[in-house]
Amino acid sequence: MTTTEQRLTPRAMGVPLDRLDGPAKVTGTARYAFEHPQTQPLYLHPVQATVAAGRITAIETGAAEAVPGVLAVLTHLNAPRLADTSDGELAILQSGGVAFRGQIIGGVVATSPETARHAASLVRTAYDEQPHDVVLRAGHEGLYAPDSVNGGYDTDQVQGDVEAALASADVTVDQTYTTPTLHNNPMEPHSTIAVWDDGQLTLYDSTQGVHMVRKSVAPLFGLDPEQVRVISPHVGGGFGSKGNAHAHVVLAAMAARQLPGRPVKLALTRQQMFFLAGYRTPTLQRVRLGADRDGRFSAISVEAISQTARIKEFTEQTAVAARMMYAAPNRRTTHRVTRLDVPVPSWMRAPGECPGMFAAEVAMDELAEACGLDPVELRVRNEPETDPETGHPFSSRNLVACLREGARRIGWERRDPTPGARRENGALVGLGVSASVYPVFRMPGSAARVRAEAGGRYTVSIGAADLGTGTWTALTQIAADALEVPVEHVDLRIGDTALPPATVAGGSSGITCWGSAIVHAARELRGQHGRSPAEGAEAVGETGDNPDTERYAMYAFGAQFAEVRVDADTGEVRAPRLVGVFAAGRIINPKTARSQLLGGMTMGLSMALYEQSHVDPSIGQVANHDFAEYHIATNADIGSLDVSWLDEDDPHVNAMGSKGIGEIGIVGTAAAVANAAYNATGVRIRDLPVTLDAFLS
Amino acid sequence: MRPFDYRRADDIDGAVAMLALNPSAAFLGGGTNLVDHLRLGVTAPDLLVDVTRLGLDRIEPLADGGVRVGGTVRNSDLAADRLVRERYPVLAQALLSGASGQLRNLATTGGNLLQRTRCVYFQDVTTPCGKREPGSGCSALRGYQRYHAILGASSACIATHPSDMAVAMAALDAVVRVRGRDGERAVPLTDFHRLPGDEPQRDTVLQHGELITAVDLPPLPEGMRSRYRKVRDRASYAFALVSVAAVLDVRDGTVADVRIALGGVAHKPWRASVAERELRGAPATADSFRRAADAELAAAEPVEGNAFKVPLVRGTLVAVLRELSEETAR
Repeated sequence: MTTTEQRLTPRAMGVPLDRLDGPAKVTGTARYAFEHPQTQPLYLHPVQATVAAGRITAIETGAAEAVPGVLAVLTHLNAPRLADTSDGELAILQSGGVAFRGQIIGGVVATSPETARHAASLVRTAYDEQPHDVVLRAGHEGLYAPDSVNGGYDTDQVQGDVEAALASADVTVDQTYTTPTLHNNPMEPHSTIAVWDDGQLTLYDSTQGVHMVRKSVAPLFGLDPEQVRVISPHVGGGFGSKGNAHAHVVLAAMAARQLPGRPVKLALTRQQMFFLAGYRTPTLQRVRLGADRDGRFSAISVEAISQTARIKEFTEQTAVAARMMYAAPNRRTTHRVTRLDVPVPSWMRAPGECPGMFAAEVAMDELAEACGLDPVELRVRNEPETDPETGHPFSSRNLVACLREGARRIGWERRDPTPGARRENGALVGLGVSASVYPVFRMPGSAARVRAEAGGRYTVSIGAADLGTGTWTALTQIAADALEVPVEHVDLRIGDTALPPATVAGGSSGITCWGSAIVHAARELRGQHGRSPAEGAEAVGETGDNPDTERYAMYAFGAQFAEVRVDADTGEVRAPRLVGVFAAGRIINPKTARSQLLGGMTMGLSMALYEQSHVDPSIGQVANHDFAEYHIATNADIGSLDVSWLDEDDPHVNAMGSKGIGEIGIVGTAAAVANAAYNATGVRIRDLPVTLDAFLS
Repeated sequence: MRPFDYRRADDIDGAVAMLALNPSAAFLGGGTNLVDHLRLGVTAPDLLVDVTRLGLDRIEPLADGGVRVGGTVRNSDLAADRLVRERYPVLAQALLSGASGQLRNLATTGGNLLQRTRCVYFQDVTTPCGKREPGSGCSALRGYQRYHAILGASSACIATHPSDMAVAMAALDAVVRVRGRDGERAVPLTDFHRLPGDEPQRDTVLQHGELITAVDLPPLPEGMRSRYRKVRDRASYAFALVSVAAVLDVRDGTVADVRIALGGVAHKPWRASVAERELRGAPATADSFRRAADAELAAAEPVEGNAFKVPLVRGTLVAVLRELSEETAR
């Protein structure tokens, strides 16, 4: 039997080191994708479909071509034929078909961005327009069971007999919860510089994974992976929307191929990002819970539906958290998806867990009330001994400790269980709670190289990504501990396909996957070359398998608490106080980790109260596609955010003992806020976001 | 954006003349709205005439106790002005509730009055909008309506005027001073903006080439207290779902005088004259305030997506009047 991975002794790990990339960022010298200096760059502006379904019957480019400074106008009539069209999102300009409003149907290359944009507005298109369907609804005739859901999870799981258990339960909850379309909206827009030179394509791309971009783009153009280089040292946020290449990268590469040797620059506008950069599908979830009078579950059932695009299937794994979260002998979880005339949905921070835990954790609040139980106590009573899904023990599970600590921090004992009972300064005040969870993912495919340099220094190379998350710093700390040298002796290189391959910065898996590869490379170097390797000595390590993955269920847990105030006159709803307590293994860098969790909870608050892409069924697109109308929490919306974590020692997850923290911060926040709003007002909100309309009489 | 010429005017007459000669020219103040529209293709003037160096950036006391605000006074300067803060708190509050610090540093008084609706369809040139393209219809009638009008709208347009400042000025009986080729005229602020009718493309009564040189604020009688309350989905940097600007004088428990303007509910800052009539001489009680609000809202014609604004206006107006009456009772 293989033994548990040998653990690293923390020296640099656990230290709240300042960001190593901080000085470069505050002095403006850290290069983001669009900022890499180029000689005589050209600028590309996409042309987008103005119908949601149909076919282009004519496209008139003469006026655009006549604008001084325009070098090329790409359409489906003259664009290069792609060698691989299997990915419907990426196979742009291969036909006149239109699968969603805002789809790329052309592009204009010019000597200035203003000229390109102006000329793009002069392209005239005629369509054979077809009726469109852009609204997800219960009972949609197109709903089907996909082969699997995002992450490779089973579409459906059934254990025991849910219907019988519900029929005989003392207390039941049966409600439907909805979450709206949400857009990731990282601060840095999706940007690419494409240069096609001597059969070699170079992309400076804002991406969560340079190797993923190369793998997606190379086959489209019939190139070997080695003919494509992707560079991305700094990324201004992604939240999943830069996890895979989107259509604009292909458009930039096409334009560069038409104009060899000339760098072609493309930055999506904020408005374009609402069509072309992925988004979180809306979800509808019917949740049924059955319990005895003491609140102990007999049945959990979650039926989740979501949407995908005509041209590509993506199914949010909305119900998977319900498979492992609480003990219940009878469980049923299903996913159904329908194809609509909409842009391609994709990953947005904690796909699956984020919308899924909203529904499940509001249902928990409803059950607690029905049982006359404190919501914290209800969760404690349903704490499982082992993972309900696999029967494996948890590698560590400290949900109860998080709940207790969070309750202490928010002053839970002051919560009046009677809704609408507490009033302060003209506001109805309430408290709410939700659990958080996120899996520990370990994906194969990362490798790191460690090279001994002069003077006891080491260069550590891996094609990893830093989205503003702290990768530069945290990986340096891991490398220092793996090599048993001070962090000052480590020079990290990331964000380039010229470096060893790295998996995507997604699924909160970066530190596990990349860190493990670095640890193995460092151990390999020490094993081969000892404590004082000659300059130039090198070793490569891979993430490798962790045998404990098969023996233990691995998750990070957390508890989120919210205080909500609802104005008694206007219904205005604000959440001035949030408390989040997490148990996520070893925290590599407390400073950057705190920012990650603060950011996750802020985004969760934003989801709870503000964010919603309003789909207009008649025009067939998101109507509020800018920052004036798509509301994200502002500074003024954030009061006290109390983030903490438990010291958790998990010997099974990886050599660092870390679990990943990029996503768990957003999981459960919205439920805690909605539950607090109920406690404040007695109005149960099951449809996000929670807005003032609900509280007006 | 379409290429355009830029010229800076040195004096008012020159600025007015430049526009008179070119039907496709536009004045450029802070540019916080116009430049967005140039990018989005909402408007495409041939010529921008910069009017920020005409000496219209002063705030001066008037002999009658009022205040004259120059047309290019920046929003942040107006909000910070001592006279304005002392005499017209409702105006300072309204200004500070609008946009962001950066935008207020650029936005001008005249430009703020002339800012155009934030209706999402007006701003998206790929969708029909009769305000942008006369006769093309109103997408909002079947679309996204959260920020749209419940009073005074038409089947051609249900957009709202987005300004906070203008709502306070409507309650203050402000007068807009305008210079055109034929000289100067004065327009009461409540008559300055239009209801959409069947010409939603016309936001105001200004003719092409007329320049806002100043806004005059008449003095408020002794004892009147004023307040601006903006209700929005998030705490900052959002347009009003509903706003209330109110000026109130209560004597011996009775409403001696009152002025109310509503924002976020109509194509123009909405002077609530029906509510005012109900209130004058009435006891300053919650009942009176509710009755007045209901009287004003009797004319409301909400659509499905903004029906919540009717109770929201009622709740907000009653709250503002209650707070003011507690402050002014004597």
